[in-house]
Amino acid sequence: MEGIDGSGKTTQLDLLAKWLSAAGHSVILTEWNSSALVKAATKTGKKQNSLTPMTFSLLHATDFADRLLYNIIPPLKAGMIVLADRYAYTAFSRDTARGVDRNWVRELYSFAVKPDLAVYFRVPIETSTDRLLARRVKLKYYEAGMDMGWSTNVVESFKIFQGKVLEEYDRLVDEFDLSVVDATGSITDQQRTFRKLISQHLQIEATNEFSDELG
Amino acid sequence: MNSPTSSAETRLDRDARPGSYYGHPIPYLPLDQYPGKIIAIEGTDGVGRSTQIQLLREWLEVQGYGVVETGWTRSELMQPTIDLAKASNTLNKLTFQLLYATDFADRLEKEIIPALKAGFIVLSDRYIYTAMARAGVRGVDRVWIRNLYGFAIVPHLVFYLRLDDKTLIRQVLQSRGMDYWESGMDMKLGDDIYESFRAYQKSLLKEYTSMADEYNFRVLDGRRKIDVIQDELRRQIGAFLAESETAARPDVV
Repeated sequence: MEGIDGSGKTTQLDLLAKWLSAAGHSVILTEWNSSALVKAATKTGKKQNSLTPMTFSLLHATDFADRLLYNIIPPLKAGMIVLADRYAYTAFSRDTARGVDRNWVRELYSFAVKPDLAVYFRVPIETSTDRLLARRVKLKYYEAGMDMGWSTNVVESFKIFQGKVLEEYDRLVDEFDLSVVDATGSITDQQRTFRKLISQHLQIEATNEFSDELG
Repeated sequence: MNSPTSSAETRLDRDARPGSYYGHPIPYLPLDQYPGKIIAIEGTDGVGRSTQIQLLREWLEVQGYGVVETGWTRSELMQPTIDLAKASNTLNKLTFQLLYATDFADRLEKEIIPALKAGFIVLSDRYIYTAMARAGVRGVDRVWIRNLYGFAIVPHLVFYLRLDDKTLIRQVLQSRGMDYWESGMDMKLGDDIYESFRAYQKSLLKEYTSMADEYNFRVLDGRRKIDVIQDELRRQIGAFLAESETAARPDVV
């Protein structure tokens, strides 16, 4: 699941997980930057504002590698559905927006498992910013790209940064064949589209397994 | 998970010029022929790298060179995490490598590049080759690890203090004993810690040997006495510095 902050992807993901579980699937959720391994370093770095685009990128890759090996690959082997709130594409878009080399970051993540389905919730900056501000979310230093020094105003900086991230995402849609969901619609409409995408995919999976057995 | 457009070619250019990036650069930090120099000292445990660096530092400073030291896993950002992760044995070869790389990136941006800009001589206790050797032994993809370190700066000189496996094993046992990681216990080579240690160090030496040609190491015999090695280091570094000063000031003959 991909999308900029305020695209509503976490809401959509939670609803999807409920639906899949109700249908009898074993589902596991994994979140970007959530492993215990790099928590201390990330915290120190953020507190001192001492992270650079490169160390920021590498810490996230470390987090991802740790989750891949402990939280993603084992459930896959056990035949479960892994729902990832952000995946390597987040690194491709954010790190590149911060000025990290585009090819380097792609090669950095070459150990990632290619997802069976990658969904991108596309939303304009204005909508996402409004959503975040309406929820009284306090925009954080790095999330707002304040480390880049584009603007001293946190909302302004957030918009500039997210604009660049959005450009990168658009590039990824073709490069990695992401399925795009229009995230400006109502929560229910989005969820319907989302579920349709997923069920098409699960359908195909089931057919494949069947033909394998015949073969 | 690569995009169809990216190639699988090795991106650590062995012919890259000293002082420039080895491969994929840090785009926001262009390197502009900085006056400083990087001198890396590589070698396995117990070969006396830090002693040699102390002696070199003194010698260089007496001659009026500014010296900055940087050492493997010593970044402010990552050292506590790496120590903790090693202690808890929850690392695997991939996260281990990524923590190293983060540490290196932090030191590169915060210590090495500023020092090069300001004209210091950076004495590096181990460099990326240590990571590559450890990765090689553990079967980490060679292309991946070389791409990862594309943002490293090619050192002006790399000295490799070489030991044979027998001497190496005795040195380590004499100095501070074996530890879990440096015995390669994570690789599950066997329950016998000595055998595991020996097998691990032998394959490390093999990795270093294969890199010596690839990355122009100046190989010194690490079995010789400290002062003999130091004299040789000083001779080679002195010649290099004299040469680059002449090159920098062609009018002064």
